[in-house]
Amino acid sequence: MQNNNQELEPLVRIRDLCFRRGERVIFDHINLSMPRGKITAIMGPSGCGKTTLLRMIGGQLKPLSGSVRVDGQEVTALSRGALMSLRQRMGMLFQSGALLTDLPVFDNVAFPLREHTRLPERMVRDLVLMKLEAVGLRGARDLMPSQLSGGMARRVALARAIALDPMIILYDEPFTGQDPISMGVLLRLIEQMNEALGTTSVIVSHDVREAASISDYIYVLSGGKIIGEGTPVQLDVSDSEWVRQFMDARPDGPVRFHYPARDIAEDLLAGGDE
Amino acid sequence: MSALRALGRAGLSFFERLGRGHIFLLYTLGGLPATLYRWRLLTSQVFALGVLSLVIIAVSGLFVGMVLGLQGYNTLVDFGAEESLGILLALSLVRELGPVVSALLFAGRAGSALTAEIGLMKTTEQLAAMEMMAVDPLHRVVAPRLLAGILAMPLLAAIFSAVGVYGGYFVGVGLLGVDEGAFWSQMQSAVDFHDDILNGVIKSFVFGIAVTWIAVFEGYDTAPTSAGISRATTRTVVNSSLAVLGLDFVLTALMFD
Repeated sequence: MQNNNQELEPLVRIRDLCFRRGERVIFDHINLSMPRGKITAIMGPSGCGKTTLLRMIGGQLKPLSGSVRVDGQEVTALSRGALMSLRQRMGMLFQSGALLTDLPVFDNVAFPLREHTRLPERMVRDLVLMKLEAVGLRGARDLMPSQLSGGMARRVALARAIALDPMIILYDEPFTGQDPISMGVLLRLIEQMNEALGTTSVIVSHDVREAASISDYIYVLSGGKIIGEGTPVQLDVSDSEWVRQFMDARPDGPVRFHYPARDIAEDLLAGGDE
Repeated sequence: MSALRALGRAGLSFFERLGRGHIFLLYTLGGLPATLYRWRLLTSQVFALGVLSLVIIAVSGLFVGMVLGLQGYNTLVDFGAEESLGILLALSLVRELGPVVSALLFAGRAGSALTAEIGLMKTTEQLAAMEMMAVDPLHRVVAPRLLAGILAMPLLAAIFSAVGVYGGYFVGVGLLGVDEGAFWSQMQSAVDFHDDILNGVIKSFVFGIAVTWIAVFEGYDTAPTSAGISRATTRTVVNSSLAVLGLDFVLTALMFD
């Protein structure tokens, strides 16, 4: 019975989360759930705290208050050892790829395997080649990270993130700065990984169309609050001004085009005497 | 009033950093046993920090020894004591110049490289990625570098002193005509293994800890921007040089009173 409950519980459950940086409120009592086996997208304008949220799920940042539960464990209260073993079951794709620049592609993907398992080198080789094959870069195994394009680096990082077959993969802005072909490749890969490995995916992104095309559920964050949530179809027909501005990429709306400032006439007439 | 406040703030931030530096060292030391077990990581760092510093250490040692030989001869010859050149060379190199100058060079050559490397790893999220892969960067990245620096420093200082003695020999005996037998035999009788050589080794060991600790901490603590890395490397060279000179005074006072 308890097992069943655990199965039904979302893999990530965030309740009443608050966080601030100095005076700036990043999260103001937000609630989110990320169900098992699904792709959940978290969208919002730059600087709204999307990456911060991923870091809290991974336990790299502690919230001011509130609860972050991953697979039934309260991340904010875990000991260092328990957090490390939880992280072994998580994969994270950083925006830059964050490959270890002094190691070639092969060793980068082998890194988590060598650190956490005592598998013989032959088996490590087989596993790494399979992971690289999944992202289409088996032939690039001997290249150094500096020889890879941005899209390739992210695919290698994805292969590294799935090296230990994680239960959840966190994607931090996976589509930023990608050409259309790499973008298409990444989209297909994320979808395939989720299906083939049965993992749960959390995508943080501001590329609305791309992220919406593969997500099961979307949260839209702005100003420390969740201003909209639902399936891609629900959000498409939402009449919330916030959601409309974001989904339709309107330059002005509830999120202002102008950074807060005094009146322009007043500002110009003031000359240099401030 | 505002000056007082600024002074207070600077003092607080200094002690805060000092505290963070010690906690950092404590966590890093926790990773040393595992580092000894993974000797490949250690040897590659000993190579990067020690072997690649050999050229600058050897060349500087040679010139410092040659200058010492020249200056020492010019002074000693007035008293007819030029045969004591060997003693002068060996004692000044083994006790002071070897450990101190090689530590200063090590801070400039290897310390700054360490800071820039770790700082860049932080800036490009490599350290954060390791943390997310459940690998502690303090154990995997910092501990091998710290240990390598501590091991390399006394060896580099020894090489500096040895090359320096030969530099002085070349000038004194080779060019200026000091008697070879007197040069070596006086040196041999005046240099004590415990008082001079061992104390020199202890000095360079302490300098190795100070320089490498400062370098890895500055890298790890850097602000993740290009300006941050530039500030951190500058701080490494300045702070570790000052630390070496300050520690040298304290150690000299304790060892040779």
